[in-house]
Amino acid sequence: MTPADIRIEILDILSDIAPDEDLSGLKDDVAFREQLELDSMDFLDIVMELRKRHRVQVPEADYKELASMQSTVDYLTPLMKDL
Amino acid sequence: MYDTIIIGAGMSGLAAGIRLAYYEQKVCILERHYTIGGLNSFYRLNGRDYDVGLHAVTNFTPKGAKKGPLARLLKQLRFSWEEFALVPQIGSAISFPGVSLKFDNNIELLASEVARDFPHERDNFRTLLGKLVDYDDLSPETFTLSAREVVGQIIHDPLLIEMLLCPLMWYGNAREHDMDWGQFCIMFRSVYLEGFARPFAGVRLILKNLVRKFRALGGELRLRSGVSRIKVEHGRAVGIVLDSGEELTAKRYLSSAGMVETLRLCDDVVEDVSPKAGRLSFTETVSVLDCQPQEIDFDRTIVFYNDSDKFHWQKPEDEFCDVRTGVICSPNNYAYDASDGLLPDGVIRITTLANFDRWANLDDDAYLQAKLRWYDRTVASAVRFMPDFRRHVIDYDMFTPRTIRRFTWHDNGAVYGAPEKQLDGTTHLANLFISGTDQGFVGIIGGIVSGISIANQHLLRD
Repeated sequence: MTPADIRIEILDILSDIAPDEDLSGLKDDVAFREQLELDSMDFLDIVMELRKRHRVQVPEADYKELASMQSTVDYLTPLMKDL
Repeated sequence: MYDTIIIGAGMSGLAAGIRLAYYEQKVCILERHYTIGGLNSFYRLNGRDYDVGLHAVTNFTPKGAKKGPLARLLKQLRFSWEEFALVPQIGSAISFPGVSLKFDNNIELLASEVARDFPHERDNFRTLLGKLVDYDDLSPETFTLSAREVVGQIIHDPLLIEMLLCPLMWYGNAREHDMDWGQFCIMFRSVYLEGFARPFAGVRLILKNLVRKFRALGGELRLRSGVSRIKVEHGRAVGIVLDSGEELTAKRYLSSAGMVETLRLCDDVVEDVSPKAGRLSFTETVSVLDCQPQEIDFDRTIVFYNDSDKFHWQKPEDEFCDVRTGVICSPNNYAYDASDGLLPDGVIRITTLANFDRWANLDDDAYLQAKLRWYDRTVASAVRFMPDFRRHVIDYDMFTPRTIRRFTWHDNGAVYGAPEKQLDGTTHLANLFISGTDQGFVGIIGGIVSGISIANQHLLRD
């Protein structure tokens, strides 16, 4: 997957986890937490969805990498490039 | 070999099961009873449906709310708001001799009632609202502070303290006499700040939604499958034995049976854990009327009553029941949509405190007689706080601590479980966890949130 594909996939996961959020104006370089009503349970769901959909394992120590769209895509690019 | 075995198909077990099955675990829920729901269940008698447990779903927040336990659990379990079909209450009351405070799902009504009847406490009540700890900020250090002490530093009129505590103790306090400050904050939010609602179809609608989702995700549910033993080796649970003798194994185990009840199943626990069990049990009378309650001028959803200035929250030692305090509930008095029509019958339910041992030790004839006697006494006490409905009764039933024991398997029929809660859900075994009432959240929404949060914290991360 390219970074652009990964971004689309993350948006899809977010719309699944938080169906009431408007994701159209999401800023990539600003933390999800500052733009969306996401709590720690929701962040766990991003990790779990990645595992369920793509078999990508994100260790707990790396959860902090998923703070914003930009950092998430950067983190996942090497992990998902061959998918 | 399962990924996770869950003991108990109540709200917390079903919710945890959905989370785990959704993320592709092989999950089995074992339920001792022939039906699901635990305390929040239902039964059918003489052609009528009766709810056990549910007076109201607490923690009500309207569609679109993004904060609070209801919004969180809908998101986590992938339900839409509409699927729970919650209809808000009309309005409730706390009634003590000579003073009655109304409240509904907007805290301003209660605040104005307090200002009217306790004008000197008006500002203190606002201060109390500001001091409440949020759900996510509860810490073990402050959780077990005495609610009476903390509230008493802010509100000074003893009668107002008793009146505010009464509904919160009734709807979720396993401790006698006093309440944990953490539990007070949870209950204050869920009862006064969020509020009451009910699906038109009752609790069965929520249970059916949970079971349907669990099964659709590949989860396995086995009824009439009581667990008789948890096998332990080297500090880990290594299998469970059913009453039938069948053995099952899993990587992890989640028990919603209660802490004492779970420990007693474990091979390695030899001491008598019974003294840690809760003691508070209830009876409930259900009266079916020949009219809607509003036709006899009763429009309250719930009335919490107490017949003196001092509220006694304790097990009745010398009698079967203590009818000085109780909860009157009418499932008819919710703001149902006109298109729903009316519930088929007018119903008045009244809950009182009860002594488990006295009810448990009766033979069948004496049990039926005790039910008749205490039905009459309970209703006679309650009609001091509502219109007398007795000439309208066309059918009735009563459930007792024995019934609660049968549905929940809790020691002493303790509705809210043990006074000491295990907030992190851990046990002495590395791969055995508890959820539900003894983890610290009670009620329908609380139970579901408990199952979700223990699943997230301990069962999803390998």
